[in-house]
Amino acid sequence: MLVVPVVFLLVMFVVPVAAVFRVGLETGPSQMLEVMGAGRTWQILGFTVLQAVLSTAATMLVALPAAFVLATFRFPGRGLIRALVLVPFVMPTVVVAAAFLALIGPTGALGVDLSGSVWGLVLAHMFLNIAVVIRVVGSVLATMDPRLEEAARVLGASRWTAWRRVTWPLLRPALRASALIVFLFCFTSFGVVQVLGAGQLRTLEVEIYRQTAYLLDLPAAAALSLLQLLAVVAMLAVVGNSGGARTGNAVDVARAPVGWRQRGGVAAVVVLTVVVVLAPLAIIVVRSLMIDGRLTTVGWQMLFSQGDSTNAVDPFSAVLASLRTAGGATLLAMLVGGMAAFGLAFRGRGGWLRSVDALMLLPLGTSAVTVGLGMLLAFGRPPLDLRNTGLLIVLAQALVAIPFVVRVLAPALSGFDRRYLDAAAVLGRSPVRALAGVAVPLLLPAVVVAAGFAFAVTIGEFGATVFLASPADPTLPVAISRLLARPGEVTVAAAYAASAVLMLITAAVVVGMDRVRLSRAVAF
Amino acid sequence: MLSMTAVEVSYDEPVLHGIDLEVGPGEIVCILGPSGGGKSTLLRAVAGLVDHTGSIAVAGRSLAGVPAHRRGVGMMFQDDLLFPHLDVASNVGFGLNRQDPQRVAQMLELVGLAGYEHRAVDTLSGGQAQRVALARALAPEPDVLLLDEPFGALDVVLKAQLVREVQQVLRDRGVTVLAVTHDRHEAFTMADRVAVLRAGELVQVATADELWNKPVDAYVARLVGLSVLDGVAYPPEELRITAQGRWALQVTGRTFLDGRYLVSGVVDGESVTFGSDARSLPAVGQTVHIDRVDPAG
Repeated sequence: MLVVPVVFLLVMFVVPVAAVFRVGLETGPSQMLEVMGAGRTWQILGFTVLQAVLSTAATMLVALPAAFVLATFRFPGRGLIRALVLVPFVMPTVVVAAAFLALIGPTGALGVDLSGSVWGLVLAHMFLNIAVVIRVVGSVLATMDPRLEEAARVLGASRWTAWRRVTWPLLRPALRASALIVFLFCFTSFGVVQVLGAGQLRTLEVEIYRQTAYLLDLPAAAALSLLQLLAVVAMLAVVGNSGGARTGNAVDVARAPVGWRQRGGVAAVVVLTVVVVLAPLAIIVVRSLMIDGRLTTVGWQMLFSQGDSTNAVDPFSAVLASLRTAGGATLLAMLVGGMAAFGLAFRGRGGWLRSVDALMLLPLGTSAVTVGLGMLLAFGRPPLDLRNTGLLIVLAQALVAIPFVVRVLAPALSGFDRRYLDAAAVLGRSPVRALAGVAVPLLLPAVVVAAGFAFAVTIGEFGATVFLASPADPTLPVAISRLLARPGEVTVAAAYAASAVLMLITAAVVVGMDRVRLSRAVAF
Repeated sequence: MLSMTAVEVSYDEPVLHGIDLEVGPGEIVCILGPSGGGKSTLLRAVAGLVDHTGSIAVAGRSLAGVPAHRRGVGMMFQDDLLFPHLDVASNVGFGLNRQDPQRVAQMLELVGLAGYEHRAVDTLSGGQAQRVALARALAPEPDVLLLDEPFGALDVVLKAQLVREVQQVLRDRGVTVLAVTHDRHEAFTMADRVAVLRAGELVQVATADELWNKPVDAYVARLVGLSVLDGVAYPPEELRITAQGRWALQVTGRTFLDGRYLVSGVVDGESVTFGSDARSLPAVGQTVHIDRVDPAG
């Protein structure tokens, strides 16, 4: 069962990444070394680290109060807000970048132009990643038995000592794990930097893309890819990957806020969170309907004017292309990821299975641009040229979605008590009918959530897709980035209309997932 | 009704060796033994959930090669294993060939939960859940009902009550039952006969009286609550504190149970329990001398 996913990952991930390095080495090892040694490269690496550190800090700053309030207090609308904070995480990076361009870009709604500065990136990354911290830290906070702190108090600890010696150590692994995930996402972030950076901000990921796509300097791109991969591996090795431990039962320990201070605090955090989440999403819709301060639908008209000869990008067929590739990639990711989850769940966790588990997560921590470039190099030229089949995009997107599928399905499968099947058997159900009547209904929510996640991730995938999409038939995120890069108020409005469409598709998927109780799934 | 001959089960190593056991129609037999002794495995073999050698027959029909779902054998599990995605009625009706609300209502009434049809199973208390599990197991009218530590997860008071209730239901309906437990109170309360299982072998199959009066060995004697001193088994009422007693006992505990004061202690590493009257109850830690007395005299 594990053979298929392992082979898939080796062929679709390791081979392309190796292809990047091989090309780099073939065309000029000395050139690679030169690139790696250049002061400019280290400047880029430094900026990449800097923006990732700032972004992670900002994410923690905004997310931790929200995580605390959502886990600790019971208040009206809590369920809704819990679902709401997940929305940014699944939003396509290009949509998020477009939203922040509309908020803090050259003609931004907030009147400050941060588009060429690191602070624009920090805000967009914060928006994208608050869900990670809220989920990972929140799940620990929500199950933290308050009696542990009480036990410490009874043993003579002051309130502060109890927090420092009991609560904090229990929380620390979750904080570290979530910070590491956010840092990695920001470190290899592409769509946000590419769109918001206005060509001025260079991270490793963006520079790899620039060297390949504009300067056609493959050895330089390979050198930067290698550097990035080394940095990621070094980070994982140094920090380690320890998840948050659950400290108690999955009992909801939330209580109602008491007194005006608690109520005020809860209200403030809730309002801030809602604004942070909703403002960027709302501005997209607004900007799609506005040109020069007037309300107009020309952007939307352009979006749906199929086959307009003056329009190099046809957004309507981009929607179709996106649905097609994301659908195919989701199916593939569910198949391969499902097999991986099944193998991991039913064969224990020891020994080499641990490395399989890590292997499945690998695409999450590495550069999508490297994967896209590698696939192009490995499978995009004779003898095996898959460029025009559309297959490469599906494969690349599936690769990116697999970690999410495994992360949702594996715990659900290993948490499924197979004695339910025994119970069904002794009640006269044949194995097939036992599966249909018991296992399917019990596992369906996890399957739906996994598929929803995979679909949201694949339809928004940008870094790998931008290499692989054919110029004539781009996916929606690629089309949006092209529209945004072109001059003209109408094109920009059309870009926002396309962003709104992509946002609505993603939001619809998330709402659909929430209906099958998202709360049970997802904890990286 | 249920007969087992030379039943053996092996996982990596043998778990059950040559089990021979007959359970008559309407009889309740309880397998008593420590955890890990293969009790649950024996039930799973009867239910067809594990492979075994030897033969198992129900109502004269051999179950060789018959899959679990065609055996006509019902089972109740330690943790109720009610299907969480179904309501109470759907759980109880799960084993019926077609929907039969009347039968479901009848079964729920039988276990004292009339009107609970549409409750979600996660809203039930532990005792209620086990009663629903009993209704579910009985609904298809199995030839034999297997109970796998069905009260193991309940608290003492609830357990005592539920054991009596379940026994009543089973007796009234004349169900043939093979149960397993590690709790001798449960076994002696429910069973017509008790089968002592030790390390995968049946040591003694007998009524409670026989086990108390003629335990085949010291192991069975200790398991049924007798004290073994110098190779002889004594019930609690036959031992008393006397100044010139043969055995020096260090007192480790005292309790009041079922109208009697009981003292527990250790003689040369052997656990001993005996009766005492309230006035001469020794303190914990004290060393006293005990000897056999004739309870009649």
